[in-house]
Parts: sequence; C-alpha cells; structure tokens
Amino acid sequence: MAKTTYYVPIGPIHPALKEPIRVEAEVEGEKIVKVDVKRGFAHRGIEYMGMKRNAIQTLYLSERICGICSISHPYAFVIGSEKALGIEAPPRAQYIRTIIAELERIHSHILWLGVIAHEIGFDPLLFWTWKGREKVLDILEAITGNRINYSMYMIGGVRRDLKESHIKALRDMITYYWEFTEHMKEVFLSDPVYKARTRGVAQLSKEMALKFNVVGPTARAAGLRMDIRQDIPYDAYADMDIKAVVPQDIVGEARGDAYDITMVRLYEIEQSLDIIEFCLDNLPEGKILAIPNYVALLNKIKKTEGEAIGAHEAPRGEVIHYFKYDGKRDGPAVWKVIAPSYNNINSWAPLLLGAEVADIPVVVAYIDPCMCCNDRVAVVKDSSGRILDYSYLHKKAVEKTRKLEKELGVRK
Amino acid sequence: MTPETLFYAIGMPIIGVFLGLVYKGIDRRVSARMTSRIGPPIRQPFWDVGKLLLKETVVPENAVRWIFNAMPILAFASSMTLLLYIPFGILKAPLEGYGDLVVILYLLTLQALAMAIGGFASGSPFSSVGAQREMVLMMSYEMPFAIVITGFALIYKSFSLSTIASTPVWSIVGPLGGLGVLLLLIAFLWVTPAELAKLPFDIAEAETEIAEGMLAEYSGRNLALFYLSDAVRGFAMIAIEVVLFFPFTLSYLFGLNLSGAALYIAEGLWFLFKVLVLYILAVTLVRTSFARFRIEQASRIFWVYVNIIALLGLLLIWAEVM
Repeated sequence: MAKTTYYVPIGPIHPALKEPIRVEAEVEGEKIVKVDVKRGFAHRGIEYMGMKRNAIQTLYLSERICGICSISHPYAFVIGSEKALGIEAPPRAQYIRTIIAELERIHSHILWLGVIAHEIGFDPLLFWTWKGREKVLDILEAITGNRINYSMYMIGGVRRDLKESHIKALRDMITYYWEFTEHMKEVFLSDPVYKARTRGVAQLSKEMALKFNVVGPTARAAGLRMDIRQDIPYDAYADMDIKAVVPQDIVGEARGDAYDITMVRLYEIEQSLDIIEFCLDNLPEGKILAIPNYVALLNKIKKTEGEAIGAHEAPRGEVIHYFKYDGKRDGPAVWKVIAPSYNNINSWAPLLLGAEVADIPVVVAYIDPCMCCNDRVAVVKDSSGRILDYSYLHKKAVEKTRKLEKELGVRK
Repeated sequence: MTPETLFYAIGMPIIGVFLGLVYKGIDRRVSARMTSRIGPPIRQPFWDVGKLLLKETVVPENAVRWIFNAMPILAFASSMTLLLYIPFGILKAPLEGYGDLVVILYLLTLQALAMAIGGFASGSPFSSVGAQREMVLMMSYEMPFAIVITGFALIYKSFSLSTIASTPVWSIVGPLGGLGVLLLLIAFLWVTPAELAKLPFDIAEAETEIAEGMLAEYSGRNLALFYLSDAVRGFAMIAIEVVLFFPFTLSYLFGLNLSGAALYIAEGLWFLFKVLVLYILAVTLVRTSFARFRIEQASRIFWVYVNIIALLGLLLIWAEVM
C-alpha cells in the first residue's frame, strides 16, 4: 500500500496555541514525519519603541513584553539599568523585589500546571489549579494594586512598601500553598492517566538540551543544574543558598520529559515558598527607593554613560536585558531583550519529529511558550526572496504617500 | 398509515430531541458544579441548537459536497430510529417487533460512521486525522460491545430487547451468572464514553490536538444536526444500559398498585430518573475525572483489558447456562 501523508497546519491560530505561532507538520497516520516551526506573528517592535522613550517609560513598556510574567522583564531591566547607572537599591527594596518575583513564579507555575492539564484534556484539573492560583493573585493585588502588570519596580528600588498586614497575609499564604502543593503533587505525580500522557513525551536529553540551548525549568528537567539565582545571585538571592531544582535530586534520575518538567515546577513552587519565608524573616528596615525623585533620576540617566547586562531567572527561564546609556538622552540608547521562550522553542522541531499528533499539545506546552516575549525581529521578503530593509520600505511609503496626494489633489 | 405510526413518526423525534438536550444541559451543569464553576443554565443546549440553525452553513471548497451534506442527516436519522427501539419503562418500544439488539448495535455504529465519513469528505486534514482516529476507536470498542450483547442473548436465548426488558436479568441468573453480568456491566460502562465520544475517549474530537477533529469543518445546520444526534445518542445509549441492567420497575421494587395513566406516568418518570442517575455516573462523573488518552492507549485498553473483562463475563454466563 502506498504511504500517504497529510499536511497538518497548526497555527497561527489553533486551539492548542493561545498565541500565534505556526507548526507545519506532515503526518503519516498519527506519526509526524516532517515538521517546521515558524515564528514571527506577534512582532510589536517594543525594543524600538523603548529606545525612543525615557527610562521610566521604557520600564513600564518592558512590563508589557510578556503577558503573564509581568515582573520578569522589569526585574532584568532594573538590574541592568542599576548596573549601568552605578546605583544600588536599598536592602529593603531588594528583599521586596525578591518576594514579588517569587510570588510571580508561584502563580506562573500553577498557571502552567493548569495549561498542561487542559492540553491533555483534563479540564477539571485546570479549573482546580487556577482556583488555587487566585490566592497568590489576591496577595499580589493587595501588595501592588494590580493582579497583572504590577508597576512595582523602579530603577533603584520599588514603588510601594510592604505593610504589616501584607506580611501577615503572606505568611498565611505560605501555609496555604504548602498544603496546596502537597495536594497538587499527589494529583499530578501519582495520577496514572497523567503519567501515561506525559511520561516519555517531549523527552529532552542532556546533550540535546545543551545543543538547543534551552533554559529554565526545561533545562533543569533535562538534568542541567542551571539557574541564574544560583549562578549569578542578585538582590536577596545573594543572601541565601539557592540550589537549582533538578529531577536527579528528587527521584535519582532525570529523563527530561513532560512528567519531569511537572515535577521540577511543583518543587520550584515549594522552593519559592521557602525563599519568601526567608525574605520575610530577614526583611531589613529602611527606605525603598535610592533616588525617590524621578526628575533627579532621569537627570542622572541623562548624564551617565555606560552599558550593562541585567539577568533574572523568570519562571520560564533566564531573561537577559542588555543596555547602553549614551549620556545624551534620558532613555536607553540600545536596549536588547532576550526572552527564555526564544531558546526553548528551538527544541520543538526535533521533539515533534517522530511524535504523534496527540503529543503536539504536550510538546508545545511543556516549555510554557510565550510568543509575545519571543518575536524580536520581523524579516519581510518580497516575491523574489529579497529581504526588504528599512530604506526600501521607507522609499515605498514615501512613493505611496506622493501618489495618494496626487490623486487627492493636495500636492502642490 | 395508522394514527399510532403518525404519532411515533412525529412525537418520538420531538420527545427524543427534548430529552437529549435536557440531559445534555444537566450534564453540563453538574460537570460545572463538580469543577467549582456555576455552569450554563439547563436550557443552554436549546439555545445552542437554535443559534446553529440560524447560522450560515459553510461547505469547504474541496469537500465532496453531497456526502458532506448527507452525513449529518444520516446521523440524525439513525439516532431518531434508535429511539424507536427503546422501551421507556413499561411503555413498549414502537418498533419492538421489527428488530433487536443487533439492530441497535448497528444504528449506534452508523452514527459514528456517518461522522467519520463526513470528516473524510470535508477534505480538512484535522477532520481526516479525526476520522482515522474514530475508525480505530470504533474497531476497538465494538468488540466488547458485541460480547455484552452476546452474553444477554445467551441468558435469554433471544436478541429481542422487549423480552430482555420484561424480566430483570438479575432475577434469572445464579451467583456465577450474576458475577458474569456484573463484569458485562463494567465492560459496558467502559464502552459508554467511547461510544458517546466523551472524555477520556473523545480522541476523535480532541479539541486541543486536532480542533474538534471530524466536526472541524461543519457549521450551521449541519453542525446542529450532529449536535442533536449526539444529544439523542447520549440519552439513548444510557437508556439501553438501564433497560439491560436496571430494568426494575416501581411496581417490581415497591409493589405499587397503580393503574391506568398514573402507572404509565409514574413508571415513565422513574425510568427517566434512572437514566439521569446513570447518565451522571457513567458520563458526567467519568468525563470530569479523566484526561484524554492517546489513540493507541485507548485501543490497548479496549482490546486487552475491556475485552478480557467482557470475555470473562461471557465465560461465567456460559458456564451457568450450559
């Protein structure tokens, strides 16, 4: 019998994907024999916008890069910025920042657990995990005023202080989540159906993980001991002894599949609870902003010349911001963002090759992809394959405007 | 054409559609409550159908048009015919003399087949993958289903549903046969979600994998017909299960001495209640507590485990009857 293959286009709009990306798969029955991943559907030109604004405006803009981790990009931004400017946040502000970042890790990981449950058709689990996630969102709202996009960080500190009531609520939350995580571990790690759907799916070996340069929980699930908080500690992380969570520490071996990633994420929630508890126990007194006057801050930026890299371990992996202040304007002269999903998506194509159609959602979801973090450059080609650059597009635009003006009779 | 035929031709579809949609609404509501949501109102499925009927029916450009349009009608017609074979409590099935359990098995298969053919005819890759999955799944669950029916034929020496419904199965089998019937019931409960394309066996329609699979290209009136046939099939399947395994009437259980219209109404409501309870246990509860299986896992479950359970039940029954 002749073998027939189907071409299954997944994306840019597909129920398994919440954001636009395209996976072109050729399937033979249920097996994928050829695959191509295309990205670039959500390019928004944020870096370019940032380089036209002052640093504080750009900080808020950086919060809008990612739809879910609203703090990962500002965190890397303020760290890089502070390094370039040579200012340091007061200790209390550093601890508050760490607490907010860990709260975000908790909510992001629980969100992912719900998403992976949905992808394998386990919707009740999605509802249950997301119900549990409300608690941390409530705390974030109480502290920062917003559930998402907190606007909490500032170059040289934070914008709001922690009150006694917040600390009490945080301690309650920690007790709540210890219990909740215990329960989640039971549900996810010992459920036979969940195991059947995730064991051996999206299996990434250590060598592959190094080759495709994956970061964050994806790399840690493959057994790589890498974590920015452990390798290049910053803020309050420098005061504690943080170890990357890897499966070989928990169960003895790392297989790097979707099941291991679930395990890593579950144990990272517990690690975050420990970190928050440490920060609350050792919260220093004092002010929360190095330069409280924003005009003074912008003036300082205008006079400073320097460059730096700020790195933060976001829930999905490392976020790196590169900065250059040229001493002529109050915003960054160069701003370059590297988001974790960009590295992680590289692992899709080899994992999808040879997988089944039923595994596509799991492979797509296991890295917790964030497309809007991802799209840095849009390359436009015309029909002959020539790359259309800025000057060409500008020339075309001018020509079109002239033509329109002529038609409308406004051109003199 | 007798007045009765006319009544059944017009009345049964209306009752069947109404009951199917009501049960679907209750199922959605209960499932929502189980997952700490409020859920839609019970009349929501009616609104869904009404809205679908108002919408435009789009036929894809590379679809085989007549097959694509005929299959929803075939599915709806077969589910309506199916209703005519089910005795409601003590109410006799309209077509009881003209067929038996084997016909019911074929009518149930026909609907799934219509969906699969419609999926193939639509020319969409998602539908093709979904239809392939449906065919594989059908090959897996038909065998235990057929074994269950064979078991009943062994006990009653007949395939007729009205003979089976008249005497509860549990009262005519001994302890060994009773265990066999219990095993058949377990096998049948496994088959139910697969037959109704519900989780954990909604592999052919997997939303996150292949975007509703076979139904991906259907819209408007065609989709409404599939929706209705799905709702009716859900009701009919559970009703068959009740007739086979729980045919206890009110008068049999409590010795009620009703007569005339009161008897029929009481028994009818009792039957609907039994169907509702079994619907929630066998469909709602199962679909809220399982994740979707992969197709090869589902096939293995049916071919190995469910088949073994069903065959064991058949063996026990055979040992007693012989």
